[in-house]
Amino acid sequence: MSTRLFVATRKGLFTIERRKGRPRARWAITRTQFLADNASMVLPDRRDGSVYTALGHGHFGVKLHRSKDGGRTWEPCATPAYPPKPEGLDDREPNSGRPIPWNTELVWALEAGHASEPGTLWCGTLPGGLFRSRDRGSSWQLVEALWNHPKRREWFGGGAELPGVHSICVDPRDPRCVRVAVSCGGVWMTRDGGAGWECRAQGMRAAYMPAERQFDPHVQDPHHMVESPSNPDVLWVQHHNGVFRSTDGATSWQEIKTVKPSAFGFAVAVHPADPETAWFVPGVSDEQRIPAKGRVVVARTRNGGENFQVLTKGLPQEHAYDLTYRHALDVDETGDRLAFGTTTGSLWVSENQGDSWEAVSEHLPPVYCLRFG
Amino acid sequence: MPRVTFTQNIQRHVPCPPASADGRTVREVLEHVFATNPRVREYVLDDQGAVRRHMVVFVNGRQIRDRARLSDPVPADGEVCVMQALSGG
Repeated sequence: MSTRLFVATRKGLFTIERRKGRPRARWAITRTQFLADNASMVLPDRRDGSVYTALGHGHFGVKLHRSKDGGRTWEPCATPAYPPKPEGLDDREPNSGRPIPWNTELVWALEAGHASEPGTLWCGTLPGGLFRSRDRGSSWQLVEALWNHPKRREWFGGGAELPGVHSICVDPRDPRCVRVAVSCGGVWMTRDGGAGWECRAQGMRAAYMPAERQFDPHVQDPHHMVESPSNPDVLWVQHHNGVFRSTDGATSWQEIKTVKPSAFGFAVAVHPADPETAWFVPGVSDEQRIPAKGRVVVARTRNGGENFQVLTKGLPQEHAYDLTYRHALDVDETGDRLAFGTTTGSLWVSENQGDSWEAVSEHLPPVYCLRFG
Repeated sequence: MPRVTFTQNIQRHVPCPPASADGRTVREVLEHVFATNPRVREYVLDDQGAVRRHMVVFVNGRQIRDRARLSDPVPADGEVCVMQALSGG
């Protein structure tokens, strides 16, 4: 059972640890690092105990750092970088018409590779490039087949104004099978380690598009996608306008309309041993990115989305305006412990699958990503 | 030989003391500095080799014009100053 949590925030990286005590154990901040720097992402790599964190310096660009001792000491490692933009290439974000910068503007996803590839990492970025490292982040290669796919040029920005890869799911049964989710550009899948890619968002619905385009797989905005570790054919997506689930490895998607109190949100987590159990942290809608009625709640289904319980114990139920970003909800390897952090700096932990929650802090900087590890 | 200085704020991330570096353009001068201090490059230039959006480079007190290719001339006794812009913070 995990006793440590890494929290990447707008103003640094925080380590939270569970400390035994009476009458009960408590979670507390035990370490602060990169204070005042913008930490967009953190990845504890369970394969070798390394930890990676991405910083986005306003002036000096995106940087990646690596720790080989569980987060105590850090060293800079390589940052994914785009190749030279071909002279005269007309590569523009479709909505704004602005040229796509061939620069790493944000590290938006960082995932450990397959267990059989211990040095491999995957990294998703704004403006849409997917990168792979085979040497623990010492060097990175752009996955050119996806970046050069003609349909990539149709990807468009959502809130971020540039398109980006924010979710990466490596199939535990096959290192060559990787699925990524793109805002906005649907879900993409490779079966051959990145040489070929196809869009796999059939069944998703985009309420923000004209009627004739709403079911176009290429315009979908999956806010976050997670894969069931125990049955990787099951994937859950919190989408811009709903919740979707696939039970056939992203070949098709079904909309889950039972989620309460609302279908909008960013975060989703799936139980490590039960593909039917998933958690969401809903907001009102895309136009009202606050909790419904000022009440922070977690929605949990235990039956594949047939119905949901709204979990509130320990969470503020009046005048709370916390929004939970896509990487700011996590579940540990047992499925019992969960944590989520918010834009207003609250951090809650549950040790009973969400039945009740304990506030660890209500004064953190805005939380971008948290992970047990 | 031109002289190059860097904003104090960059030093928190990567040491870059003042340096003398040969070259007739901003690109040539900075490349000489990067040759001896390679980590500085990615703090000043973006993936395409242009000056980062929120960085500014001055030559003898004047902002350079060619932020993409850094072709602005540098006199033999020029002062190249790499600063952070007021934006971007």
